[in-house]
This record gives sequence, structure tokens and C-alpha cells, in this order.
Amino acid sequence: MFDQLADKLGNVFRNLRGRGRLTEEHVTEALRDIRTALLEADVSVEVARNFCDQVGTKAIGQEILNTLKPEQVMVKVVHDELVALMGPVDPRIPFVSPGPTILMLAGLQGSGKTTTCAKLAKHIISKGKRPMLVAADLKRPAAIDQLEVLGKQLSIPVYTERGHQDAVKVCRNSISQARRMDRDVVILDTAGRLAIDEEMMAEVAKVADVTQPHQIYLVIDAMTGQDAVNTAKSFNTRLELDGVILTKFDSDTRGGAALTVKTITGKPIKFIGIGEKIDNLEPFHPDRIASRILGMGDVLTLVEQAQQQFDQDEAAKLQKKMAKGALTMEDFLDQFRKVQKMGSIKSLMKMIPGMGGLADMEIDENEIKRMEAIILSMTRKERHDPDLIDSSRRRRIARGAGVDPQEVSGLVKQFTQMRDMMKSMSGLSMMNRMKALSQLGQAAASGQMNLRKMKGSTSAPARRVSSKDKRKERKKHRR
Amino acid sequence: MGFFDRLKQGLTKTRDKIVQGFRAVLPIGKAIDAQVLDDLEQTMLAADMGPAIVHELLEQIRSQWKKGLIKETQEIVPFLQQKLIERFPVEDRQIRWAATKPTVILVTGVNGSGKTTSIAKLAHHLTHVEQKKVLVAACDTFRAAAVEQLTIWADRIGVPIVKHDQGSDPAAVAFDACEAALARGIDVVIVDTAGRLHTQDHLMRELAKIQRVIDKKIPGAPHEVLLVLDATIGQNAVNQAKIFGQFVKVSGLFLAKLDGSAKGGVVIGIRDQLGVPVKFVGLGETPDAIAPFDPAQFVTALLEN
Repeated sequence: MFDQLADKLGNVFRNLRGRGRLTEEHVTEALRDIRTALLEADVSVEVARNFCDQVGTKAIGQEILNTLKPEQVMVKVVHDELVALMGPVDPRIPFVSPGPTILMLAGLQGSGKTTTCAKLAKHIISKGKRPMLVAADLKRPAAIDQLEVLGKQLSIPVYTERGHQDAVKVCRNSISQARRMDRDVVILDTAGRLAIDEEMMAEVAKVADVTQPHQIYLVIDAMTGQDAVNTAKSFNTRLELDGVILTKFDSDTRGGAALTVKTITGKPIKFIGIGEKIDNLEPFHPDRIASRILGMGDVLTLVEQAQQQFDQDEAAKLQKKMAKGALTMEDFLDQFRKVQKMGSIKSLMKMIPGMGGLADMEIDENEIKRMEAIILSMTRKERHDPDLIDSSRRRRIARGAGVDPQEVSGLVKQFTQMRDMMKSMSGLSMMNRMKALSQLGQAAASGQMNLRKMKGSTSAPARRVSSKDKRKERKKHRR
Repeated sequence: MGFFDRLKQGLTKTRDKIVQGFRAVLPIGKAIDAQVLDDLEQTMLAADMGPAIVHELLEQIRSQWKKGLIKETQEIVPFLQQKLIERFPVEDRQIRWAATKPTVILVTGVNGSGKTTSIAKLAHHLTHVEQKKVLVAACDTFRAAAVEQLTIWADRIGVPIVKHDQGSDPAAVAFDACEAALARGIDVVIVDTAGRLHTQDHLMRELAKIQRVIDKKIPGAPHEVLLVLDATIGQNAVNQAKIFGQFVKVSGLFLAKLDGSAKGGVVIGIRDQLGVPVKFVGLGETPDAIAPFDPAQFVTALLEN
């Protein structure tokens, strides 16, 4: 998300670089590009215009004109303005005592209300509360079933009343039920509705009127275009909104809706949905998003994603294995798979500061797939001890993976190199480790470690090794 | 009510907004000036047409104006209409029927775009208007209760459904559906799939696998791959269409939820950049709220009273 906007602004500032002092003309030029970038990012026309006006007023002034590094100041002004526009945020949910605290979710069809209800419930459970879900979407077929399945996953009760169409009644009854069952939070999942559907908007207003929710959240798809203005305006008029939840932020949308909705409603963006899993809900960080917009990288998110994928115990185990040089092909594959799970390599690159520009570089993820195929074509024994692989085994593996035998030997060679490097590195101090790493990097750069080069490479010819030689080799290795 | 009327009715609200917009911008008999063009730009941008196309159209208007070919505001609308209709040539908006039945239609889209409801509409349209024997395949085995949702629709419309349990392999469901269609002499198989973001590489590969498996069972199938777009979607839809197109052979768009305040102007950019036409539009929540896409009507409804 926001990637292209960051690129765009990067271009703007590149143009400003080396021009010395900023003139009003430069700022105007930059602003034109910023406006286009914002529009491409689906920021509403109105909001984009106001944003540019504000940035312009601040930029064309003493601060900028008197400084020697105009683009840095410009970046800061744009960044601050973006943060100011999207913040402040407050991800806390104010619970009431005595309960139950009533939360209500509303939004258009397909914005992700039902899934968000479950995510919110999970979040609330982690705060030590006992939530109950209420199936108040009586319109969409099987919406009740969906919520019940999610409730089961969370092991929390779901209040349903099948067979009638009165959402107001269902919600009212659910609250007395929550009191009886001693649930301290009630989450109302209302039906999706169009902002221009008078009847349905009246219904949701009535639900709010009767149940008096403590918090009402508007759920909006982060990929929404200009219509975000209309949605935000009408829901904000009909309901006393307390906050906004933006969903599907794991798409590559530039997410202009975040800027728009905050400006229009004036209500904080509480959470963003970042995946299909029930725990993929996180607090909104305007500074992170703004940094990402400006190509500064979103390192915190990257770290968090990495932590999710690599659990600590496993990492420790792996560390030990590496020290002993007992790394297997399976560990090797496992690592690659985990990196893949964190997202495409491309999307990861974009989050690393300074690597944003590299994101356009074509990374052939097929190479990883080939590697996976090769490893999966090995027997378990071979994976644990790749030195076993002689020419006949190599041919079999190559056939199984649909690659040339040279590619198999290339991969094995690469693996052994890495394993040995890891082993020697683990005995080193931090300083020497860094040195070794940089050597590794140079090796990679010179193509020794390049997977792509493996195919048809003359530096690693397919060597015929008899199993006797192999045994010798292995013995040597164990020593 | 004819489909033309339905489309018109569905688009009335949308159109009123736009016309209001354009009307306010373009009062009759006013000489064109920079302010008029500026307002026009805002109005087009607000319809999600995207800055690139809006810029291009504005340049065309500006050059006509400078040449003296367009002088007054009321001449802008017919000019724009013509330009936009040019972008949607009459070709291939028909369903690509298979030479021998069944025709397989694979339906994809991001989460919440309206796939299942759109499939219900499609099944209704093909059954009642095109008089075809339709079968639906419940390949959204991921989302909770998605199979139930499609089952309810299938029962309401009266078409058979092939389904497995939640969590089973969607490609296997598709395979069984194709087999059932061949055995039962079905005309059209509509394959529902789980919503997936185009950024989720493994899910996109899963989709490609579904297509591969269908092709294996019925060579040449799926004959049609429809990407369902929510009319409220912004410029990200272009990326969506592009990436979905890299994994499966997207042949058309189903523009859903056009009965709201959203204008769906991004489809112009998708047709322009990727050559993918809109085939159907969804205009409400009932199964008959579907109309084949007609660019002339779409554009007329967008711009004219």
C-alpha cells in the first residue's frame, strides 16, 4: 500500500534536489505532483486539495526559503501534514462498568464487518473480557452461520434469532441475554447497507437508538475510492460514530481512504485489518503509514511480521543447529518458506528503508519454487545429509523436480557453503561475524551464490562422484 | 421491466449525482473558461475515473476549445460521451460460449467484492433469460459459511450445486462440478471462488490451480473468467485486474453494487490499460438485479439527464 505514492513523492523530491533554495515555483511544481499522487492513491478530491493548500502554505515560507536542504524540509512538512491528517489515534476501547459494554459495527456490504467482529472479539478477549457476538445481519444469506462458525473458533457465544427480519428486536434481546450470561462486552454485527438506502440507514439508526451502544465503529474497505466521502458522510450523519476500522490493508492499495475518512468524520481510525486470520487486526499508526508514503520504509511492521513467522524457540534451536553445522536441507527450505509467508519478497523490500527503489527490480520467485521442488524431490535421508547425493541420486532428483542435474548439484553446493559458513560464523565475535557476512555478500554479488547462474554454470560442472568418494567426503566432513 | 429500464433505474441515483455535478459545472450557454475546466476535472475525478484519464480527456477538450471547435459548456457533454463510448467498443461483451457444452465461467475477486451474490444473479440470468441449464460450484471452501450462502441462493433460484465441506480443496470441488456437468448435460457451470487479495501470492497460485484443473477436465475451460469489482473500488482496481490477469485468464468484469452512490469510473481505466471489458453490472440485492453491460447506456446514464 502507498508504494506508488511514495515513489511519486520520491520523484518530486529528486527534482527538488540540488536546486539550492526553494522558490514558490518549485513548491507549486511539487504540489502538483503530490496532488496527482494523492488522487491516484484515492484520496478524495476535496481532501487532496485541502492537503496541498496546507502543505503549500507551510512550505512557501521562511522555513523553506532560508534553508539549504529544501527537500528535507519539504519531506518533513509533507510527512507531518500526513500524520496530522490521519491522527491522532487511540486504539483503546473504553469499557464501561457495570457491563455490558455495547459495541456496534456498521458499514457497506462487503466492507468486512463480520470478519472484523470476530477480530475485535479476539482482541477484546486478550484484554481479559468476555465478549458475545450478535448476529444482526438478517439480510445476507448465511451471515448468521458465518458468525456462528467464527464464534465457535473463538469459543464465545453468538446470539442469534432465526426466522424473522427485525434486527432492532434481535439487538435489544441480545443485551438482556448478555446480562443473563454475564458477558461484559456485546458486539453487534449489523447488515451491510448502501449509504443511499434510506430504509436500511433508518434501521441502523434505530438499532443504535434502542441499544445505545457505547462505541459505534464504521468499517470501511481500505481500497475504497472517491465514494469513501459519501459513505463517511452519511454514516457519520446517521450514527454517532466513535471511530473507524479500515479493512483489507494487506492489499497493495495506496489507501487514500485512510486520509479521506479521517478528514471527513473527524473520528479516529482505531484499527486496521491486515489479513484473513482472526488475529490480523492491529492498531492504526499514522506515522508509520506516513513514513511509508514518503519511502522511508515501514520497518516496525516488517519486524512484527517477522516475529509472527519465526517463533523464538525455533530460532534458538536453529541457532544451535547452525553452530554444530548440523543444518539440514529441510531447515533450509523451512527458512525460505517462512520468508515467503511474510509476503512476497518484493513487498518486503519496499518496507526496508533505502530498498524502496529496488522494489521495481524483477525478483524471480520461480527460482525459489525450483529450489523447493528440488528439495522436495529428495528423500528424507538426502535432505538430512546432502553429501549422500551421488550422480544417480542426482539424476533421480532432477527428474522428480523437472530441472537439470546441474541445478541439483548447484543447490547442494550452495547449501554446503552456507552450512559451513554458518558453522564458522557461530564461533566468531559480533565484529567478525559482520565481516564474514560482508564476504558472503560479496560472494553473492560475484555470482557464486546466485541461483540463477546455477543453470549452465561452468564454475560448478556436474561432477560424477562415485558413492565411495562420497563416503570419503562425508567422513572428512564429520571430522 | 426491460433491462434497459432496470439499468436506467439503477443508474438514476448515480446519474442524478453526476448530472447534478456536471449540470452545476456546465450551465447551458456559458462560455468555456479555465474555471469551467477546473470544475469539470473535479467532477470527473470524483467519479473514480482516475487522474490519468481525466487529464487526457481534459486535454482533448482543451485543444478542441482552443481550436474553437467547442465554445460553450453544453457542447462538452456530447463530446465527452463520444470519447467515452469510443473507449468501450461494441466487441466481445457477449459471454464466450463453449463450442460444446458445458461453458465454464470462473468467478473471482477480492474479499467482499460481491462474488457470491453476483453468481446468484448470473445463475438467475442464465437460467431465466438465456434458458440454460446451470450448475454452480461452491469452491469458496475457506470463508466461514460461504458454502451455505451459495447453497441458499442455489435453492432459491432452483439450480443444482456441487459442494464439499469447508476447508476442502477448491480445485477438487471444481473438478467434481465439471464432471457432474458433463454427466448431467449441463449448459453452464458457474464456479464460485474464495475472495482473495491479489497480493496474497499463495492464494493467487491456488486460483491458477483451480483454472488448471478445470482445463484438464474440460479442455479450453474456463471459457470465461469474470473478475467481480465493487463499484466503490478506487484506482487499486487496475492493479487488481492486472494481477488477477497474470494468474487466470480474466476475460471480463462484473461491476457489482452499482446501485449505490459509487460510480465505478475505474472500469474506464481498466478497459483502457488492460483491454478487459465490463460484461455485467449488478444493481441491487435481488437475483434479478443484473444487466448486461451496455457502454452507451452506461456513459449516457453517467453524463446525461
